[in-house]
Amino acid sequence: MEVQEKPAPPAEAIAEITFLAKVRYFGRAQYKSQLAPIPLLGWLCGTLLAVVIEQVVGYPLARALGLPGIPGLFGLRIMLAPLTPLFGVLSGDVPDLLSGLRMMPNEFVLIPSAVAYVFLVYVLPTLAVARLSASLANRVAKQLLDRFPLWVSLIVHLGLFYATMHLWGGISAYRILILRYILISVILTLSLNLVNGYMGEFSCSHPGFMALGAYGASILTVLLFVNDDVFGAPLLPPALGPFIFPLTLIAGGLLASVGALVVAIPSFRTRGDYLAIISLAFMFIVKSLIENLEIIGGPRGFMNQPKWANLPTVFGWVAICVWVIYNFTRSTIGKAMCAVRDDETAAGAMTVNTRRTKMVTFLFAAFWAGVAGGLFAHVIGYINPGTFGVYKLSEILAMVYLGGLNSVVGSIAGAAGLQLLMEVLRPLQLWKWIVIPLLLIVLMIRRPIGMFAFTEVKIEDLLQPRQVPGKER
Amino acid sequence: MALLRVKNMTHFFGGLRAVHNYDLEIEPGQLRGLIGPNGAGKTTIFNLITGIYQPTEGEILLNGKSLVGLQSYQIAAQGICRTFQTLRLWRHMTVLDHVKLARYSKIHYGLIGAFFGTGQRHREEAESEKMAYDLLEMVGIGHVADQVVINLPYGVQRRVEMARALASEPQLLFLDEPTAGMNPEELVEMMEVIRRVRDELGLTIFLIEHRMKVVMDLCETIQTIDFGELIAEGTPEEIRSNPRVIDAYLGKEGIV
Repeated sequence: MEVQEKPAPPAEAIAEITFLAKVRYFGRAQYKSQLAPIPLLGWLCGTLLAVVIEQVVGYPLARALGLPGIPGLFGLRIMLAPLTPLFGVLSGDVPDLLSGLRMMPNEFVLIPSAVAYVFLVYVLPTLAVARLSASLANRVAKQLLDRFPLWVSLIVHLGLFYATMHLWGGISAYRILILRYILISVILTLSLNLVNGYMGEFSCSHPGFMALGAYGASILTVLLFVNDDVFGAPLLPPALGPFIFPLTLIAGGLLASVGALVVAIPSFRTRGDYLAIISLAFMFIVKSLIENLEIIGGPRGFMNQPKWANLPTVFGWVAICVWVIYNFTRSTIGKAMCAVRDDETAAGAMTVNTRRTKMVTFLFAAFWAGVAGGLFAHVIGYINPGTFGVYKLSEILAMVYLGGLNSVVGSIAGAAGLQLLMEVLRPLQLWKWIVIPLLLIVLMIRRPIGMFAFTEVKIEDLLQPRQVPGKER
Repeated sequence: MALLRVKNMTHFFGGLRAVHNYDLEIEPGQLRGLIGPNGAGKTTIFNLITGIYQPTEGEILLNGKSLVGLQSYQIAAQGICRTFQTLRLWRHMTVLDHVKLARYSKIHYGLIGAFFGTGQRHREEAESEKMAYDLLEMVGIGHVADQVVINLPYGVQRRVEMARALASEPQLLFLDEPTAGMNPEELVEMMEVIRRVRDELGLTIFLIEHRMKVVMDLCETIQTIDFGELIAEGTPEEIRSNPRVIDAYLGKEGIV
């Protein structure tokens, strides 16, 4: 039998392929041997140490590197700052391209410093601690899960996470503000994902529900605890305030649910685009209603809310929200949402009460939007109806679709990602609103289902120790 | 007393009379067939009894209780469950979730359990998961429980539908062309599954089928309809030799 020899591919091609393959193989092997065995606990310890380091040596280090102060958001704004004169040229603030370019080098100098800062303060300590403590963290994680119920381990992880966040935010008031906005966005995104993702309808009334919750909770807190021009002397001693505050948030959420009922009753009789239209109308109705109610400030807005929505409070509410929604989506009652979305007739034929499922989901989502609104109102102690309009809607929708439908992790990532992006791009001013949509369009082309659509991460799996490959079995 | 009794059921789609004076009586434990040419109204009859359409006229009684006017989920919860002619699976869900979800009406932990994960919820979910695995084993697809249903071969998807329908613990199972589009091998396996379901769970089964071999082998009594009207009812032998059935459906040459 004749064996035909294949012509050998050119040597350079082999070299190129093998080099790329080698790099990829090396990367994967390094990941597997170095990073994969690190449990979540190890990572959290690493980040915690990183922020402690920042607390201690952050400022001197930043000065030594020639930065004006500790970089606010991982130096991302410093890295983008050189672009601002160019955008200034586009918007006419800077006379011409030449002077725009002349303004740039000044800022460029800071980029290596910012990169070095991020590497020295965040990346290096996190990686080092996570890697070095991996075997210990694995053992601790295993003991936590074996000896105690799941929630103990969960609380430990959440505690570490919160400590990291608290220390990181402790550097500046700006960071705390951003963190709270991110956390509030998580509630909004997750609850909208219930309707638009899990249930497969398209609702546009989230800013409306948020407004109802914000105004509902604000009116209650101001009426009960604040000496206000319109509402008069406080009805309860202000010392009780922080304890009653959760109840006012819940009241705001319930008010939003009542609003949701108004939308749901006419629109869930059938399927289709009705909900999108009715809910959009509802959002505008709420906005103009508030604008025309002089007693709560009309278009000028409503102020004097006590600033009770501090970082721990917001974090607590977000933790509860994520936990409850996570539970709900994993129960049979919650999975009925997905069945209704994928095939409503079949869901009905399999004993699922489809109308009830849709109503419950929609009211539940609205409740959380209301709570988010209530928290939002108590962050800076001022709200105005203009906030709860189409901009807010597009922001929440973008977070949902960026993160991915039908996924709790996706919603968290989408909310945090987009909120950070919007903060980082703030130096671009108005051009932000061109850059962000363009980025979203690119994402939709490259990955149409969003970052984590239809991926479910089980909390149990997340907290598990990671076995070192090769050691086990 | 008959398990299911349908009397003088008539249904119009606008001006078109899809079903006319249809009668049916199913005794517990029977395995019955419904045959007829395409467009005769077989699936419409299924849809009427299971509440997807409401009959224009007539009575439907399950264990003596009327089902007319009930929603499809209520009828399903009372014990009539079905499969669909064209697969109606939930494309993003896993096989196990399909089967567990059909136990929706058997879940009692309510919203509190769904939101906060109470002990009752864990018990009920574990119970329904165990039952789901048993059913999947029974129809022979236990090994794909964790897969998303859209990735599975057609024959397996049919069985998922079957297991899902069984999970709601029906008294009466409606199968709408359970072997449609199957190859001969899958066909034999499906017939085996149907027999096993009937024998092991003691179910009453009512099925629509076009393949004469399946109907004649499986069913004890067969109804034939044409243009929405019942033209014959009897044992497979009687149906095979009935001149009206031959005329309307089987054809003069005699296929079987």
